[in-house]
Amino acid sequence: MEYILIIISAIFVNNIVLSQFLGICPFLGVSSKVNTAAGMSGAVCFVITLATVVTFLLNKILVLCGIQFLQTIAFILVIAALVQMVEIVLKKISPSLYQALGIFLPLITTNCAVLGVAINVVTKEFTFAGGQPHLFGLGEATVYAFATSLGYGLAMIIFAGLREQLSLNNVPKAFKGVPIALLTAGILAMAFMGFSGMIQ
Amino acid sequence: MSKLNLITKGLVKENPTFVLLLGMCPTLATTTSAINGLSMGLATMFVLILSNMAISAIARLIPDKVRIPAYIVVIATFVTLLQFLMQAYVPSVYDTLGLFIPLIVVNCIILGRAEAFANKNGVVDSALDGIGIGLGFTVALTLLGLVRELLGNLSLFGWKPVQADGILAFVLAPGAFIALAYLIVVFRKLTEKK
Amino acid sequence: MVICLLVICFVCSSLLAGVNVLTKPSIDRAVAAKTTNAVTAVVPECDIVSEVQDTLIDGVSYNYYMVRKGEVVTGYAIESATGGFGGTLKLMVGFDMNGLIVNTSVLECNETPGLGAKCKEPLFADQFKGFDPGVKTLKVTKDGGDVDAITASTITSRAFTLAVENAVKVFNTIKPAEVAEEITEEGGSDNE
Repeated sequence: MEYILIIISAIFVNNIVLSQFLGICPFLGVSSKVNTAAGMSGAVCFVITLATVVTFLLNKILVLCGIQFLQTIAFILVIAALVQMVEIVLKKISPSLYQALGIFLPLITTNCAVLGVAINVVTKEFTFAGGQPHLFGLGEATVYAFATSLGYGLAMIIFAGLREQLSLNNVPKAFKGVPIALLTAGILAMAFMGFSGMIQ
Repeated sequence: MSKLNLITKGLVKENPTFVLLLGMCPTLATTTSAINGLSMGLATMFVLILSNMAISAIARLIPDKVRIPAYIVVIATFVTLLQFLMQAYVPSVYDTLGLFIPLIVVNCIILGRAEAFANKNGVVDSALDGIGIGLGFTVALTLLGLVRELLGNLSLFGWKPVQADGILAFVLAPGAFIALAYLIVVFRKLTEKK
Repeated sequence: MVICLLVICFVCSSLLAGVNVLTKPSIDRAVAAKTTNAVTAVVPECDIVSEVQDTLIDGVSYNYYMVRKGEVVTGYAIESATGGFGGTLKLMVGFDMNGLIVNTSVLECNETPGLGAKCKEPLFADQFKGFDPGVKTLKVTKDGGDVDAITASTITSRAFTLAVENAVKVFNTIKPAEVAEEITEEGGSDNE
């Protein structure tokens, strides 16, 4: 039951882009076409889930050694290395998948969604359905990371669809490009606000 | 380029928020009030100046292939430094900004300036560039925070003259997007005329 | 190339280790001051706040602090958390020795600004000042209790009230235990 709540909460209620403001740069940057948006979402999904599992275990080691102050450095380095590794492995194993996701991978290192979810999972206490706040275990962390990245994909693809339509319209000159995209995102965020309170 | 130019270009011509459109996550997330925007801007500026100086000092010693990881380590060091200082001396601000302090590491402004400016220029110039861009970012964040606080809560820097509710949406997520969109439009109009 | 990276990592981590040692006392002091402030804000007059203690009730662990004025125990402050509308809602609830709620303060709040977040404002929070859980019922009026909910934020109000109610349970469990302890201690000294 709790897993279902985690999934719904991460995808709709606390959508990572539209209510937590993580990963906005690629959200605005590579969302002009649905295809590229889907590719980016796939890559992000892969990396967030993997990175969260690895950093979750890494954090246990850091705590064990009493060197938690190296958390930020260790996490970002692991994520950077992981992204490189995924790129190399993907190139070898599945060239077609690499074709689809490859160009997005280098961008992901500096995507704050990855580091954000990794840090959130090990520091923040979560509460579900009147239960008690608690830190996530490995299983919950993995589900949370995966669901969060699904939420990322959902927001990204909806947004790209809207922008594709928008590009056909006449927009005042000063609004062209980012401002109109931001306005669209604002309205989308408002729509997602309707989900809040869904898991009570 | 004169020294003064280095600072002013960050404010207008290369304003990181309104023109370069970098570092959007903290811009949208932490500007629920003018004070929050200001503190986030200053925190970023602190890291930006120090990392710019450090990177310009060591840039020639680092082989080209590993420069990005090296820069990230340097930036992450300063961010952690900032975390310690804030936890020790301004814990309440640290609590408010929360997750977005460690996330300064992945703020594209900082890595962007390291790549585009600091590794080609001297330490002093890099510091000035950091101050300029940092100021531009701080001003933009404070302005956005100011607008959102005013519309959403009818208050200025926490000073609330009338007890009434504002347009709530501006303090929430959608307002961040909408307020920023209109600020960019206004900024474009103003700079266009010059 | 690898050596260069290793050197950078080594320099950076030793720098951080140094700064960590330097700022650790200040950080600890800031955290301790925050807790003490949160405790003293909700309990009767006191001059000593005890170390954090914890107790397990219904499988949930609660932190609490005992406060004294001189030698006399004057009250307890209990941390209690529930899930609100937007996430964790964490309170500090203060009791005097008669079991009356002295005051409450919000430690962590993820509620919607302008709606649920109003639980921090006096209009809502002040009704818990001097609340006697023995006489009044800790439920919102909609559920047949004596707590006026915040307009349009029933979920937050319910969560807040539930957190206070849990704190009352904790108080009722720890108080008899402490009293019993004191009696046995006294008894022990008599025997000597």
